[in-house]
Amino acid sequence: MAIAIDSGTASSIERRKISEKRSLGDRVFRRGVTAGALTSFVVMCFIAALLFFRGFEIFRAFGLDFVTTSTWDAADGTIENAKFGVAAMLVGSIVTAVIAMVVAFPFVVASALFLEFYASKKLKFILVSILDLMAAIPSIIYGLWGYLVLMPLAAGWAATINKYLGWIPIFGVEVENFDASPFVSGLVLALMILPIAMSVTREVYSRAPLDQIQAAYALGGSRWGAIRAVVLPFGRSGLVGGMLLGLGRALGETIAVLLTLNLVFEVKFQILASAGGSVASLIASRIGEATPLELKALMAAGLVLFVLTLLVNFGASSIVARAERRVQ
Amino acid sequence: MSVALGAAVSPGRPWLNRRRSFREASAPVAVALVLAAVANLVTGLAGLLGFYLAFVIFFAATSLVFGLRHDKVKAIDKFATAFVVVGFATAFIPWVSILVTLAQKGWPAIYGGYFTNDMSVTGADDDLGMGGLSHAIMGTFLILLVASVIAIPLGILTAAYITEIRGRLSGFVRVMVQSMSGVPSVVAGLFIYATVVSRYQFSGVAGALALAILMLPTIARTAEEVLKLVPEEIRSASYALGASQMATTFRIILPSARSGLITASMLGIARVAGETAPLLLTSFYSAIFSRKLTGEPLASLPMYVFQNFTVGTEHALTRAWGGAFVLLSLILSLFILARFVGGRTNK
Repeated sequence: MAIAIDSGTASSIERRKISEKRSLGDRVFRRGVTAGALTSFVVMCFIAALLFFRGFEIFRAFGLDFVTTSTWDAADGTIENAKFGVAAMLVGSIVTAVIAMVVAFPFVVASALFLEFYASKKLKFILVSILDLMAAIPSIIYGLWGYLVLMPLAAGWAATINKYLGWIPIFGVEVENFDASPFVSGLVLALMILPIAMSVTREVYSRAPLDQIQAAYALGGSRWGAIRAVVLPFGRSGLVGGMLLGLGRALGETIAVLLTLNLVFEVKFQILASAGGSVASLIASRIGEATPLELKALMAAGLVLFVLTLLVNFGASSIVARAERRVQ
Repeated sequence: MSVALGAAVSPGRPWLNRRRSFREASAPVAVALVLAAVANLVTGLAGLLGFYLAFVIFFAATSLVFGLRHDKVKAIDKFATAFVVVGFATAFIPWVSILVTLAQKGWPAIYGGYFTNDMSVTGADDDLGMGGLSHAIMGTFLILLVASVIAIPLGILTAAYITEIRGRLSGFVRVMVQSMSGVPSVVAGLFIYATVVSRYQFSGVAGALALAILMLPTIARTAEEVLKLVPEEIRSASYALGASQMATTFRIILPSARSGLITASMLGIARVAGETAPLLLTSFYSAIFSRKLTGEPLASLPMYVFQNFTVGTEHALTRAWGGAFVLLSLILSLFILARFVGGRTNK
């Protein structure tokens, strides 16, 4: 009887075919996931294409003048009479972002070193968690605080700097009004880019070769000796990358700058004076009342900003990636 | 024997096991405090910030001087320590100031009805016992909900492509996500303004689309980190049992990384919840409580703050601080919740 059953099933059991081919379901699945993964690419292309085509008329009419002149006048809404140039805004964006970098730099280095080499393990854990939370503060709150709390203080500091260092051109002013200057928004931006720049730098510092640090100690070096001889040279590119990532952030920042900067269409390098520029803030401040033609100009300005931040971010992430690869 | 000995000597971290006597560490601080107090009284360095500045200068100086009692190396080391510690502490001052100001100035705006009333019959400058931000909370909730529905699946798919499909485009996709995370928020807003708003109207959906663009890279990157942590053995075991790749991904990999993916989503939401610039261009602001996502502007917490700020009168500014306080509380609780959920998986 057992034999009968055996012979009955034996014919139904066949060796499963081994196939290299994926099943239909899997092929559909792979296509679907690939399509989903390409969303970011598609969106980036759409953004670039749309801004380009909407702003095309402006680029054609003004050419390079769009980035080298600084008159912004929609006139009667016809392209013959209107004049659009973002030079002042572009320079202003870069000036405020550079101020932010210069101010943030020593704090980034000090904080990264402190967390990695001075704080105890427990303290480090707590502080890093707090810093992560601080990175989540939205820009509108930075702007609010920057305008109502920081600006009155910073205007006083600016007046002091102007009093003693006013003979240096960038610290000079024409009118003694220190509110809403690139200096003030630079300070706010410095605070905003601190968490990201700090975490990237700290990450690279933490990978400094331990044997070399021990060697520095073994030779009788102090903690600072080891840091200066090993950690700082090792982490230089990570620091540069972190600062550049911060720069990208600062260039694209809109609301915090809008609240703390007086937008003026004139290229100026007097960082303490109440006049500055920012491409991102220009877009946010003008879009509400823009005529169709001005809207096109704003799209063109958006494209300039998009390309600029893209370049900075690419540079930054490739530097960071190289710094991290070198370690492994 | 020698091998065992070699293995036992693990590299230590020399900067951690350093015991400093309390007296040695506190002496420069104490002297600097006294000097700073004197400077605060007799020179122009008045006020709390002046005192702090004076303290920083004197602390650096006393560290150097106290170190010189030993030798030059020690002196420079102490000076550097002062720089590092003070640099870190100084970076924290503004954040403390932000949190304190928010609580201090935002608190008066908050009363029982603040969360149940809207601003439809209340002006920005009316007394603080009237009106509220229920409309802004509702708007923010709806916008974030729609943005999540769009961005979370796409973000997880992007991560799954890199960790599961492992196609030729993995590197390319990663670069794209990276550069998408650098898109300025106002550009995302401008994009939706040009495609959606200029054709129809300011609306909640437009705002959600703009926020989805900003959310996607955060979710994709965090989710990728999470999915990488799923052990390769689980994948192999699933394939060995004859499961298809689709079944493996949806029924094995994603569920086993569930709490990590929830964390990724929450981080994405928290990252965009406070965005103002894109909403200014897409969903704008309305003072009336509404659940309609299309056809009309929709309020949101960041825009509530911005709107009251632009009015600029005393009560309006208090309202702005109140809104900012609520907004930050929301974001921080999202963040802490995300940490909590994520923390449980790691253990």
